[in-house]
Amino acid sequence: MSDFSEELIRSKTEDDKEESCVFSGTGMSFPWLQKHIGTVETGGKKEKDFAQTTSACLGFIQEALLKHQWQQAADYMHSYFQILEDSDSHKRQAAPEIIWKLGSEILFYHPKSSVETFNTFADRMKNIGVMNYLKISLQHALYLLHHGMLEDANRNLSFHLRTFSLWADEDDYAYNTASQNMFDHSWKTSVNLRALIQTPGVWDPFVKSYVEMLEFYGDQDGAREVLTNYAYDEKFPSNPNAHIYLYNFLKREKAPREKLISVLKILYQIVPSHKLMLEFHRLLRKSEKEDHHKLGLEVLFGVLDFAGCTKNITAWKYLAKYLRQTLMGNHLAWVQEEWKTRKNWWPSFHFSSFWAKSDWKEDKALACEKALVAGILLGKGCRYFRFISKQDDQVLRKKIKQIKKSVKKHSVVNPGL
Amino acid sequence: MTMPRTLAFCYLSLLWQRETITLSDLLRFVEEGHIPYINAFQHFPEEMKLYGRDKGIFAIESWPTYEDIYKKVIEIAKFLDLPRFPDITEDSYLHPNILCMKYLMEVNLPDEMNDLTCQVVKMTGIGEVDFLTFDPIAKMAKTVKYDVQAVAVIVVVLKLLFLLDDNLEWTLSNIAEKYNEKNKEDKPWFDFRKWYQVMKKSIDEKKQKWEEARAKYLWKSEKPLYHSSIDRAVVYKRREMVVSLQKQFSALVDSAPTVEKKSPSSFQFNWTEGDSARTCFHGHGLQGILKKKGQSLTTKNSLYWLSTQKFCRSYCKHVTTYEESNFSLSYQFIINLFSFLLRIKTSSLHEEVSLIEKILFKRKYGKTKKKSRSRKGRKY
Repeated sequence: MSDFSEELIRSKTEDDKEESCVFSGTGMSFPWLQKHIGTVETGGKKEKDFAQTTSACLGFIQEALLKHQWQQAADYMHSYFQILEDSDSHKRQAAPEIIWKLGSEILFYHPKSSVETFNTFADRMKNIGVMNYLKISLQHALYLLHHGMLEDANRNLSFHLRTFSLWADEDDYAYNTASQNMFDHSWKTSVNLRALIQTPGVWDPFVKSYVEMLEFYGDQDGAREVLTNYAYDEKFPSNPNAHIYLYNFLKREKAPREKLISVLKILYQIVPSHKLMLEFHRLLRKSEKEDHHKLGLEVLFGVLDFAGCTKNITAWKYLAKYLRQTLMGNHLAWVQEEWKTRKNWWPSFHFSSFWAKSDWKEDKALACEKALVAGILLGKGCRYFRFISKQDDQVLRKKIKQIKKSVKKHSVVNPGL
Repeated sequence: MTMPRTLAFCYLSLLWQRETITLSDLLRFVEEGHIPYINAFQHFPEEMKLYGRDKGIFAIESWPTYEDIYKKVIEIAKFLDLPRFPDITEDSYLHPNILCMKYLMEVNLPDEMNDLTCQVVKMTGIGEVDFLTFDPIAKMAKTVKYDVQAVAVIVVVLKLLFLLDDNLEWTLSNIAEKYNEKNKEDKPWFDFRKWYQVMKKSIDEKKQKWEEARAKYLWKSEKPLYHSSIDRAVVYKRREMVVSLQKQFSALVDSAPTVEKKSPSSFQFNWTEGDSARTCFHGHGLQGILKKKGQSLTTKNSLYWLSTQKFCRSYCKHVTTYEESNFSLSYQFIINLFSFLLRIKTSSLHEEVSLIEKILFKRKYGKTKKKSRSRKGRKY
C-alpha cells in the first residue's frame, strides 16, 4: 500500500473496526438523537445559522489574534459587529464586552491603527450600555497613559467620570450642584477619580497613575492623602501594594524616618518576606530607639525564614554584621529569643552540609557570611562552619581567618556547657 | 406563507416546467445570493411598509435546508391539490442518466462510468417515467430527490468498481499506476489514488472558503425591521452603531480586490484537459478495473458490502442511521464529498444509497438468513 492509503488508515482511531461491513451491528447509535438532546438547552429550537455565523466568526477572530494576523482579525471583526443586532437578548447584552476586548486588542496592535482610531472606537463603545461606560473609560485612559498622553488621559477621564457621576448620583442633590459648578477642564476635576478610588477595592494601576498625575502637577498633599487613604482605610481589602506605594512616595518626599518606619511596620506584618524589609532593617538600625534595634533583628530573622530569600547575600551580610553588633551591645537576650523558635529547624534549613558544599560552589562570599552566622549561632563545631573554615581559597583566606576570630569571640554557644 | 414556503413554491413551478435546475442548485443559488431570500424585503418598493408580524416572516436567520424545503414542496403540492406533473422522460435534465453524467463530470470521474450508472438505473427501475414523475394525488405522494438519487447511484457504482473497503481501491490504484508508468502514450487507466489526491485538495479548499464566507456573512440589512414604533428607535440606533463600527474597521482592512460576484452556475467545479496542475480524469479509461468475461466486461471486483443491513420498519422518520465510524474512510470521503456538493446532510445521502441498494439487491434483503458479503457479477 502506498502512502496515501496508509495516511488514511493512520488517521483512523484505535477502536475502528477493520471490517467496514457492519456484521455485529448490535450497538444502536442514533446520531440524530444527540442533536435533539443538544437543543434542550435552547428550548427545543435548533441553533439558527445566524448564531452559527457569529460563533464561527468569533472563532476566526480568536485564531487570527493568536497568530497575530491583525488584518484578518479586523476583517472578521467587521462582520462580527452584527452580533449587536442579535435577536437573542442574552447574546446581545454580552456582546459589547467581547467586542471591546477584541476590538481594543486589534486596534492596539494593528499597524494602520492610530490613537485617533482608538479614541473613536472607545467613545463609541462607551455609549453602548451604561455599565460598560466607566470600565471602558478607565481602560481608555490607561491606553492613553501608555502612549504618554498624560493630559489627554486626564481630560478624557475627568470628563467621562463627571458625566458618569452625574448619572450615578441622581439622588444626591448637593453633590450634583457642586459637580455641576465645576466647569474647568483642569486637572482639579480629577477629584471625581478620587471618588472612584474611595470605593473599596483594588485599584492599583489607577492609583499609581493618578498619583503620578498629581505629582506631575505638584499636588503633593493630594497625593499623600490618596495614598494614605488607600493604605489605611479599613474598608479596603488588605493590600500590600498600597503600603509600598505610600512608602515609595514618602521616600521621594524625604519624609522623617519615624514616618517611614511606621509605614513599613505594617508591611512587615503583612508580607515579612518582602524585599523592602531589608530597607526597613536599615532604617531601624539607624534609628535611636532601642525597640527599633530589637525589631531590626526580628525583621532580619523574619526575612531569612523564607525559602525565597535563602540565597540573598545582602540579608546574610546584614545578619552577620548585626549579630556581632547586637552581641557587642550586650543584647544576648534578644538573640536568644529569636533563636529559640528557630534552633530546631534553621540548622537543616540553612546550615546542612549539603548547603555548605552547594553554597561554596555557587557563591563563596555568600558562604562566608552564612558561615559566620552559623558559627555564632551554632558554635564552631557545626558542620557548616567547619566545612567553610577548612576551605582554602586565595581570595578569601583573610576573610575566613576573620570569621574564625569573630566566632571565637562572639559565639552564643559555649563549648563547655 | 413564509419565505421557505415561497421557495418551495418556486421549486414546484420549476419542476412543472422541467427546468434544468435541481433543488440543491436552487438552494445553493440562494446561499450565494443570486436569489433574494435573506433580506428580500430590501428590494420591495418604498411604499410597502413592513412592521409587526412581517418581521417574523422576513427577518430570516437561517438558510433553507434541503430536507425542510423538500417536505414543504410536498405539503404545498398536496394543499394546492395539484394534478400529476408533466412526465419526466429520458430526455429531461432531471432523468438520472443525465444527472449522473452531470455529476460525474463535476467530480472529475471518467466518462466511461456513465455506462455503469445507466446500467444501475435500468436495473433498479428508477429511470421509469412513472417512478420519476411527481404525483401529489398518489397515495404515497413523493417526489424523487433527483439530485440526491443521481449522486447515490454514482456512489453505488464506485462501490461496485472499487469496493471502498480501504484496501482494494488502493491495490487497484497500484496496478493502474504501474500500467500508466509503462504506457505513457496510451489512454491512461483511471487511478483512484490520484483522483483522491486531486479531489481532496480541491474540496478542502472549497470547504474552507465556504466556511469563511459563512463566518463573514452579514445577515442584517440596511433597513432594519422592527415590531412596533417603540422598537423602531432602538433598532435604528443599533443599526447606526453597527454601521459606524464597521466603517471604522473596514478602513483597517486592506482594500484588497473584492471577489467579483460570480454569475450563477450549475457547476461548482470545472475540469479541463491539459491542465497540469489539476488533472482531469474525464478521458481516463476503466480497463484497469474491468475484465473480460465471455462477450462482455465485468468488474474485477466481485464483492460488495451493503450500506444498511436492516431497514427500520417502525414509524420513525428515518429508515436507517449513519454512524461514520462504522464505515471505511474511503466511503466516508465519498459521502462527505457529495454531501458537500449538494449541501445536504451525510445521513441523507447515506440513506439514499441504502435505498438504491435495497432495490438492487432485493433478493438479498428478502432472505432471512444474513450473509456477510454478497457476490454479484456485473454484466454489460
